[in-house]
Amino acid sequence: MITKRIIPCLDIRDGRTVKGTNFKSIRDAGDPLDLAIKYEKEGADELVFLDITATERKAELLTELVAKLSKELSIPFTVGGGIHSVETAYNILQNGADKVAVNSAAVHTPALLTELAAAFGAQCIVLAIDAKFEEGEWWVFTHGGKKRTEKKLFEWAREGARLGAGEILFTSMDHDGTKNGFAIDALKQLNTELSIPIVASGGAGNASHFADVFQQAGVDAALAASIFHYGEVSIPNLKLNLKNQDINVRITE
Amino acid sequence: MIGIINYGAGNTKSIMNALDRIEADYFISDLTKELEKADKLILPGVGHAKTAMNRLEEQGLTDFIRSWKKPLLGVCLGMQLLCEFTEEGNTRCLGIIEDRVKKFTDKEMKVPKMGWNITSPADNELMRNIKADDYFYFVHSYYLPTSEYSIAQANYGIEYTAAIQKDNFYGVQFHPEKSAKAGSQILQNFIAI
Repeated sequence: MITKRIIPCLDIRDGRTVKGTNFKSIRDAGDPLDLAIKYEKEGADELVFLDITATERKAELLTELVAKLSKELSIPFTVGGGIHSVETAYNILQNGADKVAVNSAAVHTPALLTELAAAFGAQCIVLAIDAKFEEGEWWVFTHGGKKRTEKKLFEWAREGARLGAGEILFTSMDHDGTKNGFAIDALKQLNTELSIPIVASGGAGNASHFADVFQQAGVDAALAASIFHYGEVSIPNLKLNLKNQDINVRITE
Repeated sequence: MIGIINYGAGNTKSIMNALDRIEADYFISDLTKELEKADKLILPGVGHAKTAMNRLEEQGLTDFIRSWKKPLLGVCLGMQLLCEFTEEGNTRCLGIIEDRVKKFTDKEMKVPKMGWNITSPADNELMRNIKADDYFYFVHSYYLPTSEYSIAQANYGIEYTAAIQKDNFYGVQFHPEKSAKAGSQILQNFIAI
């Protein structure tokens, strides 16, 4: 059986790793390439890079970074942030990324998912969804969590899978940065309703949060950022902890 | 010298980078007159089977691959293309290995299969120094059932082929270029054949 995946996530701005809390105040967390290599050595199963650069050189800087990462990394990695066309996705994938994550652009133009899946295969296309629980519903937000849309989480996730997404990366904005655990109920529902892999994001604070999300929500992978960047949770210890609870994880030397 | 068959497959760059990391000599080409100089060939593959077969046809590479006598390694879709037929787009493939590629249909299992899996490796030169607890990275929706040519098996609801060999043709369903140390070992084993 395949193992549950542990995925460190690196938010990138102007070529540096940064980390915000609840989508706000941003801190510097180091060189993405150095961090990525460290995570691979520690046994990370996959990496996600989300580029939040907002300058004209964004595309160029990101392509350079992807090429550098691909030279050094021998584990799969996903790149997201500003991918809005087949052409931008092509540049990322052609330079050695394994998957692209689309978020706002897919909300505005859902057919983009179909175009991307037709061009590269559904297995390369991750639909990233940021959502927040308000007035009794999970609402989808875009633009880095700044803009509430008309879309509801579960409907959008189902539609995304139907249109061509090969994986869903769901971030609960209510949980992100709190370190109080993942959005178990919403993740469980996503995992039950969809037949593509689900990646949990937002809320990881310690090893038992990962155990909970795998055992209670059944998701395929769990993603976290700051707790890995600042050494609060080490990947080898996390994996041993999960293994001791009979959760199937990949143990490396 | 390894020749990488260039036909626009999605993982070509990753395979080049993986060969760089183990300091292997290689070149990449879409021309048979260049590729025939290689000691070994790699057929990469990420994408749709039908598109991939069409490209190989258009570039005049199908007969060249079929008549190749030195070692060749198909990776992921590249392995599936060595077979007779795939349910992906109901595509006729190269027909070198007389097996048929099927879609995962178990309702309990997510498709695409995406993640790290162990294999049960047979005693084969491609699987040398690979242990039963070495993990490989798999991403696929179609699989090759086990057959007399399987040299490693993986489990995803069913047992299926993780690696295959028929004569000089080798194939792996997983991505050695993305499978950390165990993946590098596979590439080194192929180079040593």
